[in-house]
Amino acid sequence: MSYLSLTAADREQMLAAIGVDSIEDLFRDIPADMRFGRELDVPPALAEADLTRHLEELAAKNVLDEVSFLGAGIYDHYVPAVVEAVLQRGEFLTAYTPYQPELSQGVLQAIFEYQTAICALTGMDVSNASGYDGTTVAADACFVAKAETGRDKVVVTEATNPQVRQVIKTYARGFGLEIVEVPHDEGTTDPDRVREAAADAAAVIFQQPNFFGCLEPAPELAAAALDAHALPIAHVDLISLGVLEAPGNYGCALAVGEGQSAGNFVSYGGPHYGFLAARQSLIRRLPGRIVGETVDAAGERGYVLTLQTREQHIRREKATSNITTNQTLLALAGLVHLSLLGPQGLRETGETCMALAQYAKDALEAAEVELLFPEKTTFKEFAVRVGRSGRDAIRAARTHGVNPGYPLGRDYPGLDNAVLVAVTERRTTQEIDRLVEVLAA
Amino acid sequence: MKLIYEKSQAGRRGIGVPRPDLPVPTVPAALARATPPRLPELAEPEVLRHFTELFDTGFYPLGSCTMKYNPRVNERVVGLPGFRDLHPLTEDEAAQGALELEWELQEILREVTGLDAVSLQPAAGSQGELTGLLLMRAYFDDRGEGEQRRKIVIPDTAHGTNPASVTMAGYELTKVATDPRGNVDLDDLRANVNEHTAGLMLTNPSTLGLFDENIDAIRDIFHGAGALMYYDGANLNAVCGISRPGDMGFDIVHINLHKTFSQPHGGGGPGGGPIAVRETLAPYLPAPVVARDPLPGSAGQRFRLDHDRPKSIGKVRGFSGPFGVFVRSYAFMRAWGPALREMSEVAVLNANYLLALLRDGYDLPFDRLCMHEFVLSARTLKRDHGISALDVAKRLMDFGFHPPTVYFPLVVPEALMIEPTETEAKETLDAFAAAMQQIAREAREEPEVIRAAPHGRPVGRLDEVRAARQPVVRYLFEQHRVQPPPTGEPRQLEAQKGA
Repeated sequence: MSYLSLTAADREQMLAAIGVDSIEDLFRDIPADMRFGRELDVPPALAEADLTRHLEELAAKNVLDEVSFLGAGIYDHYVPAVVEAVLQRGEFLTAYTPYQPELSQGVLQAIFEYQTAICALTGMDVSNASGYDGTTVAADACFVAKAETGRDKVVVTEATNPQVRQVIKTYARGFGLEIVEVPHDEGTTDPDRVREAAADAAAVIFQQPNFFGCLEPAPELAAAALDAHALPIAHVDLISLGVLEAPGNYGCALAVGEGQSAGNFVSYGGPHYGFLAARQSLIRRLPGRIVGETVDAAGERGYVLTLQTREQHIRREKATSNITTNQTLLALAGLVHLSLLGPQGLRETGETCMALAQYAKDALEAAEVELLFPEKTTFKEFAVRVGRSGRDAIRAARTHGVNPGYPLGRDYPGLDNAVLVAVTERRTTQEIDRLVEVLAA
Repeated sequence: MKLIYEKSQAGRRGIGVPRPDLPVPTVPAALARATPPRLPELAEPEVLRHFTELFDTGFYPLGSCTMKYNPRVNERVVGLPGFRDLHPLTEDEAAQGALELEWELQEILREVTGLDAVSLQPAAGSQGELTGLLLMRAYFDDRGEGEQRRKIVIPDTAHGTNPASVTMAGYELTKVATDPRGNVDLDDLRANVNEHTAGLMLTNPSTLGLFDENIDAIRDIFHGAGALMYYDGANLNAVCGISRPGDMGFDIVHINLHKTFSQPHGGGGPGGGPIAVRETLAPYLPAPVVARDPLPGSAGQRFRLDHDRPKSIGKVRGFSGPFGVFVRSYAFMRAWGPALREMSEVAVLNANYLLALLRDGYDLPFDRLCMHEFVLSARTLKRDHGISALDVAKRLMDFGFHPPTVYFPLVVPEALMIEPTETEAKETLDAFAAAMQQIAREAREEPEVIRAAPHGRPVGRLDEVRAARQPVVRYLFEQHRVQPPPTGEPRQLEAQKGA
């Protein structure tokens, strides 16, 4: 049967060694009224060829657009072939959690390299080995801020990703945190409103670029938080950090975000990885695994999980988080991608996104499709008015093979006729011309 | 081995990027990157070679965490473009394959757990635990009992995630003891469960690998007090198709897809921690929920994401969850079909066989049949020969085995927790037992060999104290103190052994 090597002869020998007559005897501790007395009512077993066909049929029921400008937090960036080549090797794919460092130097060193890359990109001193995704690391950062400041209020901008805000609110219940939102002003956030809201706050969380694709006045937002003695937390896009300043360089205490743009396919939402990085003073409050460098008795350099007294297996109810399994493999995919790009490649990717997005904005305006926030500088995403319900416009466009983006009315009252358009380096001017055609119609 | 940053040479590039012939807009100076990030600069072949060199040799993974074989067909299907390239915000009508897969996965989890409703959203067992506890809070708040019920009961054998989750959920911890048979101590339980109790968190079989002989009494105590029971599904591999948590009396269950259902461990993730609940708790599940609507006539069915969940606790993760993990787990379940029961039978057979081979060489804290895992103690080796569980673990590496979890559960001194899973061959189990018996002999006759272990690894025992006292958690470039080994030559790697 599936994946078992056990033969009848094996079974006989093993039962004899144990000293029971049948496998049934091994379950005698289970009370009769808890024994499941029938066969599992699940679909029948499939041999591999049939299994593959079944999954192919399911996959074929998903309709992929010919051209898509859908982003809103998860992006169609190019995943280089070497990323797949690395990930498909069994040694990483099936690697054990690195609790025994002597056997796991490869995984541990890779995580150390990942931590280094995240710190380099965000301008921070310490990164963990990953969190679940871009939403949960924002919640994690709130917990860090509460522990650090002793305060139980967190300010979040309305221009931060709606799912990030939802998850923060869900976790806030357990953490005993009050969440206060600061509305946006024409697509960005006013630092004075943040300063006012941040009185007695543990942290201020803002997104850069924000959910609308607009560039926030990030240094001023961080300064506004600091004026209120709250920790500034930036939720950022790794792909933007070749052209945008690192949060650690404009006063932020923590930088978090969704790592998917570096190294992961969109895959209907996951698995992806959240990154979380902080300045040095917060290291002992961080959740998640952290790999540190050390030496063995011969002075040979090696890597280990460190500061484990923060973690659940040691501190239990006093741990900085309950997290154990995280997103290591996906984070390593991100590392491979970033290593292939290097600093120049990352900058070029950001510039290409911006150049193509600008081409799209200019072409749409020329076709009399209005930008929602025409005065604002954007990165790889921007919002347009479509003159009718965003959802209707999208449905109509998709019948022509083009998905123009995300209907902002799903999350923002008053923006029912707006669509958020994402332009990555995978888009071409021809594809953008098609987008303009379907939206201008 | 050198870090990738130490192999970097300024000016090298791994991959090109499309450069359309278009002007690049300017980023305002106040927001623009002043200094490029110090990412590695290598050519593509060097990048691939670096990560190839990093790969560890395979070892037979006889630790815990249900390190079973990860079927390779699952990797093939998760990469199908219809799954891989589907954006999570795709309209439901264009994502029917994904939603159908999620629905079918949920149905199988309902059947296996014996419960009524499922959320696939939690990204790991720990997150499933937190979600379950937040569900309890919502449930009791809705009944006006929220303030009164602040306590969660956890046995002293519990995995550390359980108490950590209690803290994150804003609950208080009540710990209860384990009796000499390895069951939760019923007297201690009765003394500690009352109208202030919200619920129990338990795994069954326990972390000792033992099925609680009093589970029905436990159920009566908690339900009698109006409290809920949460099942930590980490040990589900022992009982699939044999006993269902819902039938044991549990109200909320999380399942570890990366344990029971073969999602690869990836060196630390990803995983999946879906939860199944009784109907009374369904309204509080994270939103959205996968819903199925029959189509008119006999036109089949449609699936959608139902966001209209007014009593939902909210969202614990983006979108509907880690979809790629669902694909692999679903494929695994479809490969087994109803014979999933046999998976658990063989897991339990393998563990009991290994236990039979090892019980005389080591201390056995609880003399009972085990389930899918069992706990030994090196206590006598420590007392008589100064050889600890850690020493045993390091020496096992020399025999080509990944050591089992040590020093857990906390109630057993010098603990070694061994879980072979169903996919290990009898010969492997025999070889593991032989290695363990050899180590027990060495403890008596030449303990120095053990203390100096592991031999022949790229590093010897690493100074973890130094790592914690002087944390170095990223490469510091010019300021980095410890340089790579002088040779910089890749070591000869042994042929891969493990799956």
